[in-house]
Amino acid sequence: MQIKENPEEYDVIIVGSGAGGGMATKQLADAGLKVAVVEAGPFFDPADPKTMTQLKNPYDSPRRGAGTTRAFGEWDMSYGDWSVDGEPYTVEAGTSFKWWRSRMLGGRTNHWGRISLRFGPKDFKGKTRDGHGEDWPIGYDDVKPYYDKVDKLIGVFGTNEGLENDPDGFFLPPPKPRLHELFYIKGAKKSGIPVIPGRLSMLTKRINNERGVCFYCGQCSRSCSVYADFSAGSCLIFPAQKSGGQVKLYVNAMVREVTTNAEGKATGVSYINKEDRKEYKLKAKVVVLAASACSSARILLNSKSKQHPNGLGNSSDLVGKYLHDSTGSSGMAFVPDLMDRDVSYNEDGVGGMHVYSPWWGDNKSLDFPRGYHIEVWGGMGQPNYGFGFDQDSFNKLVGQPTGGYGDKLRDDVKRYYGAIIGFGGRGEGLAVKENYCEIDPTTVDDYGIPVLKFNYKWSDIEVRQAKHMQDTFEEISHNMGGIYLKKPGKDKDYGLHAPGEIIHEVGTTRMGNDPKTSVTNKFNQLHDVDNVFIVDAGPFVSQADKNCTWTILALSWRASDYIIEQLKQQNI
Amino acid sequence: MILGAGASAIAFHGCKTEGGEPAVPETAVTTDTNYFGRTPKELERIEKLNAEELFNAHEMETIAVLSTVILPPKEPHGGPLEANVPEFIEFIGKDIPDMQNTLLGGLMWLDHKSNTDNGIEFKGATLEQQKQILDQICNQDLEVPLDNQPLEIQFFALMRNLVVTGYYTSKVGLADLGYKGNSPNVWDGVPDDVLKKHGVAYDPEWIAKCVDQSKRNDIAEWDEKGNLLT
Repeated sequence: MQIKENPEEYDVIIVGSGAGGGMATKQLADAGLKVAVVEAGPFFDPADPKTMTQLKNPYDSPRRGAGTTRAFGEWDMSYGDWSVDGEPYTVEAGTSFKWWRSRMLGGRTNHWGRISLRFGPKDFKGKTRDGHGEDWPIGYDDVKPYYDKVDKLIGVFGTNEGLENDPDGFFLPPPKPRLHELFYIKGAKKSGIPVIPGRLSMLTKRINNERGVCFYCGQCSRSCSVYADFSAGSCLIFPAQKSGGQVKLYVNAMVREVTTNAEGKATGVSYINKEDRKEYKLKAKVVVLAASACSSARILLNSKSKQHPNGLGNSSDLVGKYLHDSTGSSGMAFVPDLMDRDVSYNEDGVGGMHVYSPWWGDNKSLDFPRGYHIEVWGGMGQPNYGFGFDQDSFNKLVGQPTGGYGDKLRDDVKRYYGAIIGFGGRGEGLAVKENYCEIDPTTVDDYGIPVLKFNYKWSDIEVRQAKHMQDTFEEISHNMGGIYLKKPGKDKDYGLHAPGEIIHEVGTTRMGNDPKTSVTNKFNQLHDVDNVFIVDAGPFVSQADKNCTWTILALSWRASDYIIEQLKQQNI
Repeated sequence: MILGAGASAIAFHGCKTEGGEPAVPETAVTTDTNYFGRTPKELERIEKLNAEELFNAHEMETIAVLSTVILPPKEPHGGPLEANVPEFIEFIGKDIPDMQNTLLGGLMWLDHKSNTDNGIEFKGATLEQQKQILDQICNQDLEVPLDNQPLEIQFFALMRNLVVTGYYTSKVGLADLGYKGNSPNVWDGVPDDVLKKHGVAYDPEWIAKCVDQSKRNDIAEWDEKGNLLT
């Protein structure tokens, strides 16, 4: 098969259109560079009525919102979930990993939780802090100016609390707490656990005339049709196009490898067009990978050449290593004082927590390093498939007769509606070399590209952290007068979610000053090839107990500034 | 925006600003009910399932009767039939095939039991006879996993779940529940009487930091320290 080569040369090819790729597109196109964005899924615009799920009613669908074809429910705006048709991955026996991929313009930013937390000063210096892992080659002061700019460009609500490791920013005002969140505040404070307004990237206030303001449907996971939440397509890529940027979108284009010349420099990428199943080549001066930590590692490992026999940028043999996800353990409480709710008002709020608990612990008195934050959910949400299941278990909790049928069922459903509060502990797992992804030479996807094999095990450290989460949730539940439900014990690793399940996988192309112990330098540039950059979460040295997106955005912007500067100086 | 045939549109406007001028831009939400956001592949699956038959006419009638005994209709919001619960149960049974055996087997059990006890199929029995049968299977043992209990117990537990979920995810069921969400609004906190009822209160210091909804359309500006100015 002859590979079709596009004669046009771009300044930059960006692979992937999520948070990292979207930000690079915006910055590089705004700087006047000619940019090609290569996305493995279809075009997607949250405002398109044909694909929109926002404001749908459960009865608009014959399956009433069940998650048969979308793992997080029928309305979730992600094309692809733990599995993607025709694109398998494998997992080493005795280990586990779950990998969420969204094949669409904007990627996973179309459905994510919008929890937008800056890393704090301690988060960049893990090894100095407690001896575990490695320090980043940069610190909070290097990233702070970019966090500030991201806050203003994209918009995030929250409050300046003056907390050392949860830094202040440029926040939009937060929404008032909902009823269940007032219960949570009461319960947490009784145990001395701090609670502050949530920090999420939804527009509670206008930031410009191009994007709408939140109308409180609570459905950010459906991607906002008025662009009031942060999704990379609607908030970065479309604006880059509208302001006259030279942005060419290649969609349904699955990148196979980065191509290189005799000197070992990158010349562009080759991709499979999913529509005609032919291979094409694009040329550029600079290649920016933003395909997600694991997908970018896969592309590098598959980009083998005479000059780069071990894969591109892999002289350290560390591409794919130090893969780590956030830890997570979840729970819920039934709160009798929240029974018999007054349903006369709409309490959907924003699509996420109006309040949360940043990490408060002192590790000196704990049996694990690092920490976690607590996310809260509950309230009178939209009924969908599964609503009203298992009324017996509630009746049992309050000492009412179980079983039966008839008018009583109606009364039961109404009594218990809104009486559940849920907790999500999301913490820092340690980055270790032994957790990794690699190419599985025995398996290819439908496009003939070798796939990833995962090899990941939690250590006792993460399990102990999960135990602390469970004990904390139980204590807060009791403080609220609630009954903590189904507490998982030691046999279930205290509910610790499988690696990958929190969908914060990072670290596969970690940054550092030493090319022997890191893949990229502190500007997200491959040590081995100076015209290739990684702007997803691959370069993260450690995860922090913060969700990774805000740091991806800040570092992508920072790397983009560096690329512009290096091109100006003709260094790359 | 291009709308497909039969599309419906809901338009709403953002808050008017203080000066009475409309907010810019007009926020418009348009939905296309023909697609309810499905991809072409997802639509194909739905069309394929719709073309299949899981229950014959007798079984559909039995489901209709059974669901009405489980959740009797009540004015003004009707019951399972107004909520299209039988149609929903047939679709979900095709969509999630794991439950087919329990559903089909359970329906056979109902008729067998009714014929044995009363000499008539379940759907034709009197309400009293129907209840006598259901009373024997409507109490699962909560200490034993459902899968380890007799088929008829599993069947009833599944049917009750599907009837309740089917009803409360329908237009009439949502009205019965009183659900006010899924519509554009401006969230400005829990009403006072609700706070009182549940014995909680807002902390004035916390509320002072929250959004002033009358200024939500003023473009945000900050001083260099991050204090919001607008």
